[in-house]
Order: sequence, then C-alpha cells, then structure tokens
Amino acid sequence: MHFELTDDRRMLADTLNRFLTDTYGIEHRNKVAYEAPFHDPAKWAELAELGPLFALVPEEQGGFGGAGFDIATVFEPLGRALCPEPVLPALMAARLLAAAGEDLEPLLSGATRYAVALGETDAPYALEDIATEAAPAGEGWELTGRKSVVYGGNAAGKFLVAARAGDVIGVYEVDAEDAAVTGYGMIDGGGAAEVFLEKTKARQVLADAGAALQDALDFGALALCAEAVGAMDVTYDMTLDYLKTRKQFGRAIGSFQALQHRMVEMKTEIEQARSITILAASRMGTEEQSRTVSMAKNLIGRAAKLVAEEAIQMHGGIAMTWEYPASHYAKRLVMIDHQLGDTDHHLEKVMAGLQVA
Amino acid sequence: MDLNFTPEETAFRDEVRAFLKDELPSEVADKVRAGRELTKADMERWHAILNARGWLAATWPKEHGGAGWNAVQRHIFEEECCLASAPRIVPFGLFMLGPVLIKFGSPEQQKAVLPRILDGSDWWCQGYSEPGAGSDLASLKTRAVRDGDHYVINGQKTWTTLGQHANKIFCLVRTSTEGKPQQGISFILVDLDTPGIEMRPIKLIEGGHEVNEVFFTDVRVPAENLVGEENQGWTIAKYLLTHERTNIAGVGFSVQAFEQLKSLAQQVRRGGKRLIDNPLFAARLAQIEIDLEAMKITNLRMLAEAQKNGAPGPESSILKIKGTVIRQALNDLSRRALGPAAAPFPSEDLEGNLAVAPADHARDAARYFNNRKISIFGGSNEIQKNILTKAMLEL
Repeated sequence: MHFELTDDRRMLADTLNRFLTDTYGIEHRNKVAYEAPFHDPAKWAELAELGPLFALVPEEQGGFGGAGFDIATVFEPLGRALCPEPVLPALMAARLLAAAGEDLEPLLSGATRYAVALGETDAPYALEDIATEAAPAGEGWELTGRKSVVYGGNAAGKFLVAARAGDVIGVYEVDAEDAAVTGYGMIDGGGAAEVFLEKTKARQVLADAGAALQDALDFGALALCAEAVGAMDVTYDMTLDYLKTRKQFGRAIGSFQALQHRMVEMKTEIEQARSITILAASRMGTEEQSRTVSMAKNLIGRAAKLVAEEAIQMHGGIAMTWEYPASHYAKRLVMIDHQLGDTDHHLEKVMAGLQVA
Repeated sequence: MDLNFTPEETAFRDEVRAFLKDELPSEVADKVRAGRELTKADMERWHAILNARGWLAATWPKEHGGAGWNAVQRHIFEEECCLASAPRIVPFGLFMLGPVLIKFGSPEQQKAVLPRILDGSDWWCQGYSEPGAGSDLASLKTRAVRDGDHYVINGQKTWTTLGQHANKIFCLVRTSTEGKPQQGISFILVDLDTPGIEMRPIKLIEGGHEVNEVFFTDVRVPAENLVGEENQGWTIAKYLLTHERTNIAGVGFSVQAFEQLKSLAQQVRRGGKRLIDNPLFAARLAQIEIDLEAMKITNLRMLAEAQKNGAPGPESSILKIKGTVIRQALNDLSRRALGPAAAPFPSEDLEGNLAVAPADHARDAARYFNNRKISIFGGSNEIQKNILTKAMLEL
C-alpha cells in the first residue's frame, strides 16, 4: 500500500500548480471571475494547451488519463487557485461523448466549449425528476423545457442536454445559438446560464443515457471533491498564518487555546475529506463508484462548510472583506455543496445503499 | 410563573401591530423581506414615520423625546417590527450615542445633539474598531492631543457601518498612554466635514457596501466635543455595551427568518414532493424550531431579570452567542433549501423575469455570507465566551 501519485500525475499537478500560481493569482482571478464572461478566454486557451483536459479521458478515447486519480490530480490545483475556468463541464461532457463513442478532439483541445445541462428548477440534483422533453422531428429531435443554473452555460458553444422521451432519459446536443441562453455570474465567481428550450433543434447523442449520466455525475462530483480539498488546504494555510501573525491582547491570537483546538478540528476534517476523496478516486470504474462518490460529496459538503465558516470566524472581520482572499475561498467552499448534489442528497443515496445486501 | 403577556402588554402589542400595518411603507418592507439593500432615503423615511409617532427613540426617557419604554415594551416592538419586515432602526445615533449623552453628556451637548438625531438632521456613525484593535478594543491607537481649545486627532478607524450616509462620527480616541490601556481612552464627537477626514468604502464578502474605513490626519476638533471627562471613554464604551444588549439575541430576526424558511420549504419541490416533506430537511428545520422556541424563553427570562435589576448581567452573553448561532443556522438552511438556485450572484434581473429562486429568496446565499458577521461584530462570540468564563469561574 502507498499513497504516492505516479510520476506522470505528479508532473501534471506541478505543471498546473505552477501555471495557475504564475498566471492566475487571486487578483487576476477575482477580476475575471465576477465579470462577464466570468472566466478568462485567453487563459482558457493556455490552460487547454497544457493538456489537463486530455488527462480527463482514457487513451482509447484520445486522452492520457481518465482514472479517478487523474481527475483528482487536475481538480485539486484548480481548487487551490479558485480557478473559474469551465473544466468541470468539459469533464462531464467528455464522459458523455465518450460513452457515445464520439470524437472528443474538439473538446479536448479546448476548441469547443461544452456545458452539460441537467438540472431544472424542480429537479436540481436527481436525474429521475427531469421534465425537459425530447420529441422526434424530421431526421433529428426537438427539445422543450428549461434547464436552470447550467454551469459554464454562459460561455458554451454546445450544450449536452438531458431530456426525456417518454420514460427514457437521453442526452441531446444543442448548439448554443439555437437555444435561448441567458448567462450570469455566480456568487462565488464563474458563470452559469438559464437555458430555455422551445422546440429547439437537437441531435441525439445517447438514446438511453441513464448509466452514462450517472457516470458523468459521479465524475463531476469527484472533481468537485478534489477541488474542495485544494481550496480547503489553501484556506487552512491562510488561517494558520493569520493565527501566527495577528496580535491581540499583546500576543499572537494562535496562542489562545480556544482557537488552537478549533484549528485542530479544521485540520482533522480536511484530512478526512482528503481520505474520502482518495477512496472515491480509487473506486471509479468499480461497482462501488456511485455510492463512494456520494459518501465523498457528503463529507466534503460538511467539511468545506466547517472550514469556510471557521476560517471567517477565526480571522474575524478581515475575512468578511472582498479584498481579503479567504472570503472568496469561503464562498467557493460553501457553494460547492450546491453543485451536483448537496450533503443531504448524497446522504440519501448512501442511506439507500444500506438497504442492499 | 406566567408566560403570557399582561393585558397591558397585549394591548401594546396590538397597538404596534396596527401601527405597522398602517404606516410601514410596503415597498420598503418588500426590500427588507427580500434582503435588498435599503437606500439612505428608505431608512430616513422610516425614521421619520416612527419619530412622528414618538416611537423612534425607544430607550430614551420621555423628557428627551424618547418613548420611555421598559425592556418588555422594547422587546415587543422589536419583534413586531421584524415580523412585519420593517427596516432595522439605524442604531448609532438612537441606541448608542443618545443613551451615552443622556447619561454622560453636558446639558449643552444634549440640547445640541439629541433633537437633531430625532428629526434626522444628523446621521451618526461609530469610530471604535481599528485595524490593530478589534477584539482587543482597548489597544486602540488613534490619538487625540490637546492643543489649546481643540483636540488634534490622527489615526484610522474601521468597520464604520453606514458611514457613507453619515455627517457625524463618535469616536474612541487615545488621550493618554499612561497606566492600563483602558485608562487613556476618551469619547469624542466629530463632524465629518472637518478637514483631514477621509472615508473609504470596504467591499464585503458578498459584494455589498455597508462598512467603511475612516482616516484622520491632523483633524482639529473643538474641546467641548469631548463627552464626559478626559480618559473616561472606556467607562462610556462599557455602559454602551450593556445598553446595547436588550435586542442582542435578535430573536425577532430569527422568528421572521424561520417563517420565511418554512414557506420556502413548502414552495421548493424535489423529487415531485415539497422540500418540507423530505425527512432530512424537515429534521433540520424542526431542530432549529426547537432551539428557537427555547431561545425565545431564554430571551424573555433575561429580559425580566434586566427589568428587575436595571441592567443585564454577563448572562446576556448567552443571548449573543446562541442568538447569532440560531440566526446563522436559519440563513444556512435557507441557502441549502434553494439548491443550485442559491448560487447566482444576486441582481435585479435574477429577481425579475429570469428568476431562478422563488420570490424574496434570490439573495439568501448573499445574506448567509453577510450574516457571518453577526458572530464577529459587537464583541465576537469568542469574546462573549471569555466574558462568561470570567463571571462563571470568578476569574
């Protein structure tokens, strides 16, 4: 047993960390993350050139990765930098297109930006509640419905939309210009969109996409877990540094036991979060994939909220300001729980698994 | 033991309710309910309405134009205001400076300042915290040096709430470096138009502007603006802190937030059912209701105690700690209830045609982040625990 990354993965992580540290500092990040298009198209192109998107898919589909640990390797640095680039939609789209045996080159090269449109107002997390309808029209299909809070949808060229034809949920490709797309920024930076479909022209990618969608959701949730671990590590370091340097009552506030013990609790939860993410990464592609990812996403939701809230509280007022980076880390950490299933959604999934066997 | 209000108290509550129904402008209440930013004019309008009724300065004695209410009446008024989504009364002139001047101010100061607070001529803000003096307020460094008939002030204040609307500021300043830090602090009134003052906005975590930094460079302030004696400032600050404590639990805010959350959980649908029918969510909601019901009684018990003894004791720190924890838990659960719909950056578009979240809830995540402040300001919950520890262990 060992917990070392392979040399290839460590090199990829180093490359990404270096690129993000050098060119995507927090000031630049905050400048681009909160103003349309809510990311940096030039940096997206540079990032894509470094090849992290190829690490998201296996060799047989034109990539050089695709395993759980590859996903974690890519997303942890993105979390450390609070990077708002739409890598998560690319990962989920890649899983879906790969399941359909489609050419991934335009996606992996960064040339075509995809967004994956799953959630709806009354069906934010669960696939079975999706109401958007697909109907055959001539040689192709037409979609009708509203997809809500589609991450990366504000800057996507193509959408992969989950829609039902009768009882069967499939995946359909829609060109951005064919749909009514309204983009907006997110409270924690980055962009999303409302996608209104009204007999909108579509191409069927997968007729019965239940398994492929669940797989894309699993990989997406794993990516969010890794992103959170990266962001938690940085938030922890920032808080620790502040406890050592901030003086009140004539001494460093880190000398107060009331804060020391809370710092230890924070550290404990971060290590637990790292462990469950490693476990989930190790189980991708196995029968345990979905349930373990749900465990991870649940634990991450709890840990990330604790880290965010405690970091703010222990910093005091300074972490309540836009200018101080911890506030942006705290926002991202809390809002990760609003993507691809929150703590309760995933707890229910883990609970359901208790009934089996 | 009787948990019911007396007939007089019930009558008072009905009177307040009727007043709010008739007088609270609905467009202002709508903003409060949805957590939208109030303009200066909104706040001034509400102050004027209350002042016309004689209810603006609840804590002041009648001879100074106050309502002269006791603690229970104030509690009833505050709770009813919260339930009706009335704006919070801007506390700096009315609940902070006013009581200080009534207790420590000269008759000239009372005459010059108090009526202008009531009629809205002056908007006061607070200059207490400094970048290096937060929880350790007594270590504040902003100097006021006597020079003939003036004090000359140099230094920096921060977290000055709504300072952007103010024309006056009351400050804690250092007038002596002898002895313990608490002994060299004075309380002084400053006109913000005085040369040498610069106010800069601080943008908060969710993007809002409600606090500011204030820089003082050789600001000359008439010596008669000193309140009380030189170096008596800490006593005044402590008096103010106890005075501030009647609404410290924010029970009214929590009751209002709970009602809004319950209604939200009935609107939001997951898996073809209302969110409130989801056992996990309902359990979280019920848990908070239990804590809140207990908090209401804890608050009333301490209120009754304060009514009897004149001032709340260190136990009021319990109200601050638990009260803020409950409010934050409510904000947390509202945010969760929305799922992805909580995540868009609030804007007018997202509250109109493009609404992603149910009406009045587009700003729930912003409110959650903004209200992380309530366990930090006014003496952080850690400081409150220190106060309690000292009293309990007789340290």
